[in-house]
Amino acid sequence: MTTGNGVSLAARGLTRVYRRGSEDIRALDGVSLQIRRGEFVSFMGTSGSGKTTLVNLLGCLDNPTSGELELAGRSIFGGGRALSERELTRIRREVFGYIFQNFYLIPTLTVRENVALPLAFYRKPGSEGEVERLLRLLGMEHRLDHLPGQISGGEMQRVAIARALVNRPEILLADEPTGNLDTQRSAEIGEILQDLNRSAGLTIVMVTHNPGLARLGGRLIEMRDGRLHEG
Amino acid sequence: MISRFQIAYKNLLRKKARTLLTLVGIMLSSWVLVSLLGFNRGYEAALNRDIDNMGYQLMVMAKGCPYEAATMMLQGGTGLRYIEQSMVDSIVHRSEVDKVTPILMQAFFDPDKGDGGGIAGYFGVDAETFPTMKPFFRFRQGGWFHDEQAAEAVMGYEAAELEQREVGDKILVPEKNVQLKVVGILERTGTQDDGTIFVPLKTLQKISGIDKITTIGIKVKKDADSAKLEAALYQLPDVQVVSFTQVKQTIMKLVATARVMVLSIAIIAMLIAMAGVVNTILMSVLERLQEIGILKTMGAMPGDIFILVWTETLILCSSGGVAGIGLAFVFARLSDILVRRVLPYAPGGELVAIDLKLALLTLAVIVVVGLLSGIYPAWKAGRVRPLESIRSEG
Repeated sequence: MTTGNGVSLAARGLTRVYRRGSEDIRALDGVSLQIRRGEFVSFMGTSGSGKTTLVNLLGCLDNPTSGELELAGRSIFGGGRALSERELTRIRREVFGYIFQNFYLIPTLTVRENVALPLAFYRKPGSEGEVERLLRLLGMEHRLDHLPGQISGGEMQRVAIARALVNRPEILLADEPTGNLDTQRSAEIGEILQDLNRSAGLTIVMVTHNPGLARLGGRLIEMRDGRLHEG
Repeated sequence: MISRFQIAYKNLLRKKARTLLTLVGIMLSSWVLVSLLGFNRGYEAALNRDIDNMGYQLMVMAKGCPYEAATMMLQGGTGLRYIEQSMVDSIVHRSEVDKVTPILMQAFFDPDKGDGGGIAGYFGVDAETFPTMKPFFRFRQGGWFHDEQAAEAVMGYEAAELEQREVGDKILVPEKNVQLKVVGILERTGTQDDGTIFVPLKTLQKISGIDKITTIGIKVKKDADSAKLEAALYQLPDVQVVSFTQVKQTIMKLVATARVMVLSIAIIAMLIAMAGVVNTILMSVLERLQEIGILKTMGAMPGDIFILVWTETLILCSSGGVAGIGLAFVFARLSDILVRRVLPYAPGGELVAIDLKLALLTLAVIVVVGLLSGIYPAWKAGRVRPLESIRSEG
């Protein structure tokens, strides 16, 4: 999914305006950036700074009000046409894996079943055997048949990471992945993400409040009032 | 790996009590529905069987209410008016008539029957012609009477069971203190004959002191003009003719009203159960909005989510339906007893007839109605937008 110049994601003038009552809220204000294949980019900022809005647009979870987005040279948003939910889903399942602050594991499914869940809806070639491989890689091989209620928060996030990676995505989007974890577990998750980026060359786009976690990425971008401030 | 069916099934396990209550609702409504559909077909079949097993299609009896008389006959009661036995001769020679048999029904008060006594019914039948009307009779023990004036009795299966009689036993005709020897016990026929005690006609006439008869049973020749024969029989003095086709139609009309009412109740019960299904599935969808959003981030299309939620509905309805139909099979006898209690006239044999075909038909109805009920929650789930469901901060 990358072009010859190695650019994975390219945004130009991305703007997102929400309407709240009679007021327009400009959550994202003409953001332009490029993320190269294999980069680990962290976005930091206060609540309401627009970082999650940006990641949602980059991850094709939402349509921008204006602006353009290219994925590996292919225009996704552009010309002012909003993509349908079906079109967005098709892109998401081909390109992205997502992890969130709340792990969103299904409580009645085992660890193994939770990780295999995406394969029930879409199976990318080469995903065979990924469930066990990823759980082994993330040190969860001894918890395969446990239910989410029987494992710790850190382990739950590892399961969520394995689930996000099971269909071999190009880009992993992480929205506050350690927001519900203590310092030690946060550090463990940070190490896992760093390792995935370095050893597997996975492109990671992360939103976090945690400065320590943010510094793990090779590129740190601060957001204020819907605009980027790259250090 | 995990299939969509497993995902749907395990989703239902989250709120076990709610799922169980919904299942019970569907189960009960399926039970009622299949039992009623079984009754719908069973009652008519049983009535037809009873009438066919009478052996004759027409009855001639003394004037009175023909339906009351016919019903009394079907129930083994007595017609209290009599006709001359010589009338048999004026009927038997008609060209439309195949066979004729005279019958005398008598009832005596038996103080030992039940709590506080009861009526014991006896059928005086002609040993020569009556058995030819009932060629399907099979004897468990013994056989028909030895001669037309013998002090003998043939007992129906249930009558013998009730009194614990064997061939060779003596039975006492109440009020008259006359002993009869049991010479035959019939196999079960599933009709009112099972509860009847048959006695030679002349013997019963002698015991009761009546030299007349109550009924003439007439078997009409195949392809003969039954209506023409009926018209001719009405020319006989002081008699009425009962056609069992008419009796059947009248009874079916009476039962139809009750059937419509009960069927309406069944439909209402089913609608309530289905409202329960909508509620359960919709609640389950609303509680899982975030998860559904996550499934969409994983690549689930709106149609996938629709099918997933619809599968949950399918599992609920088919499990509840199968359980309800199973219960209907197991408790068919109980349903039979309950139905008999509320009906003015219930023929012998199986009233609630449930077979595999009916069970599958009922299951199909439950599943189709269930799937229709599941459309709205499934559609709502399919429309969930991932961003809206998982948004936490901007």
